[in-house]
Amino acid sequence: MEEKMMAESARLRHEYLRHDKKFPHVWCPGCGIGIVLGSLIRAIDSLGLDKDELVLASGIGCSGRLPVYVDFNTIHTTHGRALTFATGIKLANPSLTVMTVMGDGDATAIGGNHFIHAARRNLNLTAIIINNQIYGMTGGQYSPTTPYGSNSATSVYGHIEHAFSIAELAVTAGASYVARGTVYHVPALDKLIARGIEKEGFSVIEIMSNCHTQYGRRNKMPDPVTMMKWFRDQAVSVSRAAKMEAAELEGKFTIGILADRDKPSYTSEYQHIREQALHQEKKK
Amino acid sequence: MDSKQSGTISLLQGNEAIVKGALAAGCRFFAGYPITPASEIAELMSINLPKVGGTFIQMEDEIAGIGAIIGASLAGVKSLTATSGPGFSLMQENLGFACITETPCVIVNVMRGGPSTGLPTSPGQGDVMQARWGTHGIHPIVVLSVSSVLDSFEITIHAFNISEKYRIPVIILSDEVVAHTRESITIPDQTGFEEVNRIKPSVPPEWYHPYEDNSRGVPPMASFGDGYRHHVTGLVHDVHGYPTQRVDEIDAFQRRQFRKITNGFYEIQMTKSTMLDDAEIAVIAYGSVSRSALRAIKMARERGIKAGLLHLITLFPFPRQTAEQVLRQCRAVLVPEMNLGQISREVKRVNLSSKIEKINRIDGQLITPEEIFKKLLEM
Ligand SMILES: Cc1ncc(C[n+]2csc(CCOP(=O)(O)OP(=O)(O)O)c2C)c(N)n1
Ligand code: SF4
Repeated sequence: MEEKMMAESARLRHEYLRHDKKFPHVWCPGCGIGIVLGSLIRAIDSLGLDKDELVLASGIGCSGRLPVYVDFNTIHTTHGRALTFATGIKLANPSLTVMTVMGDGDATAIGGNHFIHAARRNLNLTAIIINNQIYGMTGGQYSPTTPYGSNSATSVYGHIEHAFSIAELAVTAGASYVARGTVYHVPALDKLIARGIEKEGFSVIEIMSNCHTQYGRRNKMPDPVTMMKWFRDQAVSVSRAAKMEAAELEGKFTIGILADRDKPSYTSEYQHIREQALHQEKKK
Repeated sequence: MDSKQSGTISLLQGNEAIVKGALAAGCRFFAGYPITPASEIAELMSINLPKVGGTFIQMEDEIAGIGAIIGASLAGVKSLTATSGPGFSLMQENLGFACITETPCVIVNVMRGGPSTGLPTSPGQGDVMQARWGTHGIHPIVVLSVSSVLDSFEITIHAFNISEKYRIPVIILSDEVVAHTRESITIPDQTGFEEVNRIKPSVPPEWYHPYEDNSRGVPPMASFGDGYRHHVTGLVHDVHGYPTQRVDEIDAFQRRQFRKITNGFYEIQMTKSTMLDDAEIAVIAYGSVSRSALRAIKMARERGIKAGLLHLITLFPFPRQTAEQVLRQCRAVLVPEMNLGQISREVKRVNLSSKIEKINRIDGQLITPEEIFKKLLEM
């Protein structure tokens, strides 16, 4: 059994990781971003997509370093702006499968405006957001998802702001598909990502991930295992949460699919615009 | 380009001519955010791009506008954005991304009075140094200026061609006067244009190094989706496009950026000389002010004063050789600008012996031929 798993892992690494990009990677030992990378690769493998047709764009942060390792068309853009670049790529060549990977600060602080507008526009993109509830790369300052009362490098007296729920924000802003997973619930995460990539329209997969180095350490969860247990204990499936009282859900978060709805995507709508413009031109 | 060849005569505004130039140059993608006095460019692109199979999108801000055009260019489509001062300020970070990733794209800044919201409906030339140095860090950049409707058409084509050939963002500085003045121009027939496209790799994908040096210093550029999977990053990178900390690789990377532009000075540095052959005094001007200057030197000639005009089309890389010639030949040179002296600093930098005079207006009004003429009489 173990041998078979090793062989499968070797196959995936050989197929999807860059051979000329030497490891070790930049992340701390035990960081959740590596687990997300694994899930993303398995999701793509399960869909049988052609690597030449895949684009992965990131912003800046620990999460932003993910694309360099995978053997797709990859782009590491500016902080918060991955979706703007992805928008141009997708519109210029709609046949490409375009995905972004962003941090919580990246996607909802500096890039918050791009995020809600991308969801509203419903361009056919997949946005993976690695929510580690902190600014990992810059040393643990609070982010828009840092929980109320917790500690960070810029809230040593306890955080007085309230956190965004990224997934719910995406639902309200109009994304076609919204899911939340964690780096503890990995087989489920593989499926949530695969479904998001497949889905026509804007897909968001928020992933609760451990930054034990910057967040956990300051909040009584100094190692990956403690953080994993926290994800296990705080996560409630969407279906179970529907039957629970608001008081019971205090401090917890839902996992699973929060929205999966069909709306025409931007690229198909724009094709109609082209036809209309040409038609009017011919009539002249 | 010969503007007198056969074609259609049209009465256009500068902004309209930029759109026509962009489409003629093969631009098929526009992303931007509305702002006076540049909005007509976005509006006309939204009408015309879908007719030719291109794409227009109005983004949530200018940061997104330039991000999207860089993305589109990486996917192989020639792209444009257009803005004015406040939007141009917002674009600076991603402009640096286009520089470091050597992504061709064209950015129009229709200058108005500033700083901040400034004078939205008045012309200015206050963004010249920002265009050169606005994004942080060392980088070469190409900045072109337009002075008329015809320029707006022709220079836009040059901007795309330079951008593609040298893999560099090109900034076009227009101003409110040029943008909104209507003039009739002849749009040459399609066949009259030279359209330059970026060079694509010819080696098999496994041999492709997206940032490898060559004699021109401009590596072939694969588009996303071409089968040449590669990495693009705003970090300083090695020939594979991977981030590097190696001193030798950093140095080689940075120097190549400048070398490729220096190699192209002969065609990037564009100027127009009028009555300079026997000139004893000269005006060096750009943008709408060069039109006043042209009128002024003619007035001076009528009075028997040997005055000439060096009209700068390329502001950066500063056309040093041509300017030096004028400075050597003329006893005095006048640099009129709608700022307190930005190009005059460049002129002074390369000057050895001439006297340099300035006219500066920062009240939102165009410098008139009479003002320049009066100054020429004193020189
Ligand atoms: C314009 C700009 N401002 C600030 C920074 C510095 N910076 C780099 S990463 C980062 C935050 C990273 O946090 P997050 O997006 O949550 O990603 P993580 O590192 O946790 O994966 C910041 C503020 C930057 N690179 N660019
Ligand atoms: S700082 Fe946090 S997010 Fe960054 S690599 Fe380390 S554990 Fe991961």
